[in-house]
Amino acid sequence: MDAAQVADGLDLVSKTLRFFSFSDHSVQVVVLGVIFMGVGCGLMGGFVVTRKLSLFGDTLSHAVLPGVAVGFLWSQSKNSISIVVGAMIAGFLGVLLISLIKKSTKVGLDSALGLVLSGFYAVGICLLTRIQKLEFGNQSGIDRYLFGQITGLSAADVWSMGISCLLIALITTIFYKEILVTGFDPGFAHSIGLPVDLLQYLLWMLLAFSVITSLQVVGVILVSALLIIPAATASIITQKMKALLIWSASLGMIAGVTGSYISFLGSRLPTGPLIVLSSTLLFVTVLFLHYENGLFIQWIRLRGKDRKIALENTLKAVYQELEADNFFHDTVKLGNLAKRRRISMPEMYQESVHLVRKDFAFLLRGENQTLPSDNTLSLTPTGWSEACRIVRNHRLWELYLTNEVQYPADHVHEDAEKIEHVLGDETVRKIERILSNPRKDPHGKLIPSQQDIEQGYIDRRIAKSLP
Amino acid sequence: MSEFFPPLDFNDTFGMPWATPKDFIWNAQIVSMGILVSLSCGLIGTFIVARKLALMGDAISHGILPGLAIAFIATQSKALLPMFIGACGAGLLCSFCIEWLHKKTPLKMDAALGLTFTSFFAFGVLLITQMGNNAHIDAECLLYGEIGFTPLAESIYWGSLEIGSRPLLSIGLVTLIIILLITIFYKQLLVTSFDQTLSVSLGLPVKAIHYGLMLLLAVTIVASFESVGVILVIAMLIFPSTTASFFFTRMPAILLCSFPLSILYSFGGFFLARWLDCSIAASMVVVAMACFGIAWLIGTEDGIIKKYFFERKLSEKTAIKEGTKKASSFPEAQS
Repeated sequence: MDAAQVADGLDLVSKTLRFFSFSDHSVQVVVLGVIFMGVGCGLMGGFVVTRKLSLFGDTLSHAVLPGVAVGFLWSQSKNSISIVVGAMIAGFLGVLLISLIKKSTKVGLDSALGLVLSGFYAVGICLLTRIQKLEFGNQSGIDRYLFGQITGLSAADVWSMGISCLLIALITTIFYKEILVTGFDPGFAHSIGLPVDLLQYLLWMLLAFSVITSLQVVGVILVSALLIIPAATASIITQKMKALLIWSASLGMIAGVTGSYISFLGSRLPTGPLIVLSSTLLFVTVLFLHYENGLFIQWIRLRGKDRKIALENTLKAVYQELEADNFFHDTVKLGNLAKRRRISMPEMYQESVHLVRKDFAFLLRGENQTLPSDNTLSLTPTGWSEACRIVRNHRLWELYLTNEVQYPADHVHEDAEKIEHVLGDETVRKIERILSNPRKDPHGKLIPSQQDIEQGYIDRRIAKSLP
Repeated sequence: MSEFFPPLDFNDTFGMPWATPKDFIWNAQIVSMGILVSLSCGLIGTFIVARKLALMGDAISHGILPGLAIAFIATQSKALLPMFIGACGAGLLCSFCIEWLHKKTPLKMDAALGLTFTSFFAFGVLLITQMGNNAHIDAECLLYGEIGFTPLAESIYWGSLEIGSRPLLSIGLVTLIIILLITIFYKQLLVTSFDQTLSVSLGLPVKAIHYGLMLLLAVTIVASFESVGVILVIAMLIFPSTTASFFFTRMPAILLCSFPLSILYSFGGFFLARWLDCSIAASMVVVAMACFGIAWLIGTEDGIIKKYFFERKLSEKTAIKEGTKKASSFPEAQS
């Protein structure tokens, strides 16, 4: 390690210390700002994403732009209440226009969102480019609403962010039940006398609050990321609304702090995109590695299940093959099995190896050494009883469907093919009781009984020794 | 406030741009750029809106940013081909990610869409800021572009003959390709847009057509982003066909409507921008929005006036019609 690297390392450590000791004033402002933003957007995102309205947030964030411009024009300064008021009004008009288009024309919701998004945005750009030509508009800062600029964050901005965050948390806690009901079942909410439309507009108002206060940090386009990504991540972790909101808020907060920390380390690293990318990273991590709902663990589970089903199908095929010649032989040729299971010879060989490994069968070399299809399988006692169990499940279910559910006999096979792998012992006993311990299935074949399963192996030997 | 709207000098706004041959060539290039962009977007947009993929257009147009940035970093130039490959790659990857998230995870379509394109865009912005000042593409330019610089772009020469400016030529080529492809594959596009089941049973390559359309969209965006920006592209995808749908219900009529509408948008936007001295691309969208509003008001299909004033007559008529139908369905009434 040379001197430059050491210096870099020291620089990194000192910067990290400076960031997390929280003593620097600018760091305080930024961190508090992103925490408020993350929590506010996370909470609102939880409601928006579960209502399948993620792109409403996107549209809203574009639609507030003309309001920002008009507010700026009105007060001729960039830090003022009139910008917020203008943005609120523009956002409200946008939402109103979407619902109007949706209600009174044939234009689809996606097109309506796109129309309002691009139309309002264009009006905003028109106004902003015009403002830049006027003498008072030449002060930079108005275009920070497009991409966000965290360094321009003032203490007053953080205050307003804190207030909006607090407001969101407070209102969503107080009206939690009402908002939840109107979101998931508007018809029911209406029938129990809740003011559905009013609550809807309350939610839009809160959404507009969080969007407007976050605009200055991350800009128009990336605001919707802050709304969607933490909530989407939370929706993978949990299905319960309360937990989802808490997860979403904390993930938004973590992403905010991580993003601003990384951008603090370098000189040319933009904060907004880094915050978004850290929340994307969190999403990807959770999506793949979550211990219960992650794709990786689900893939493993599915693979296990597929394997088990394949194994059971092979055992069943062995039984059927043995049954085909009235249990005269006690070995089955792999070639015949492959034909019955409709799989290729190498796959069949793989399957037989699995059977042997599970101690369900022996693999015996055939007479013709060069042909793998001449190799034969012979079931062990455990394999035999397992095969009997599967066949029994299958045939019991077929009989149950024909006798009790009145299915025609030629329709029951497909259903039984699926159910045989999941029937538990308890259900099997129940079906036996309902059908009073039957011996034959609807196709006239023997249903191997509990007794057969226990003694089947020996019985078969006896049956074989008899002529 | 009063200084915001300058007085409308009729001669300056409408006459001056065409006064001298030099001005005429200059401004004609801008206007034709606008026409070509709105036309190519409008034609593709008709199918995209019919497929309810309007926001997919939004997503892809933002999602190509990292592709452009990577192409620029790799070649250190704004050459058309690498840019084109980068953007198409990123656009297709974006569309693929959205579909994968939608199908393989519990996420809904809207969340998958929003998540993917914002992440792509954030990554693109990050890359662009790393390039520093030597990059001539910036995110702002991608978003709302500057159509007024069209005549400034370098010209393409055929031998020693000057043909025209590069952006104008490339968007012209793209428009031609789009018109050609739509004429050739019109039936296939129509069927896959409206009836998925039928098109699968007819043996049409539904997926290939979908991704082909997405690719065409990416191509259009690449050809036009420099001069008009993403937002104009999104607007032009949606506005022409939705505006036309207030007058026509048949697909060919709606497609043909893109031609007069794009001319209207381009000239209208140009004059509006000249009057207010603001972004031309954004003004075109404002004009498009006004056209949409007027069409909504006076449309013969679903317009407000027609609905409001003729609704009663119409409902009376249908009531009578239904009444006679009902009466005729009783056999004893007939006899």
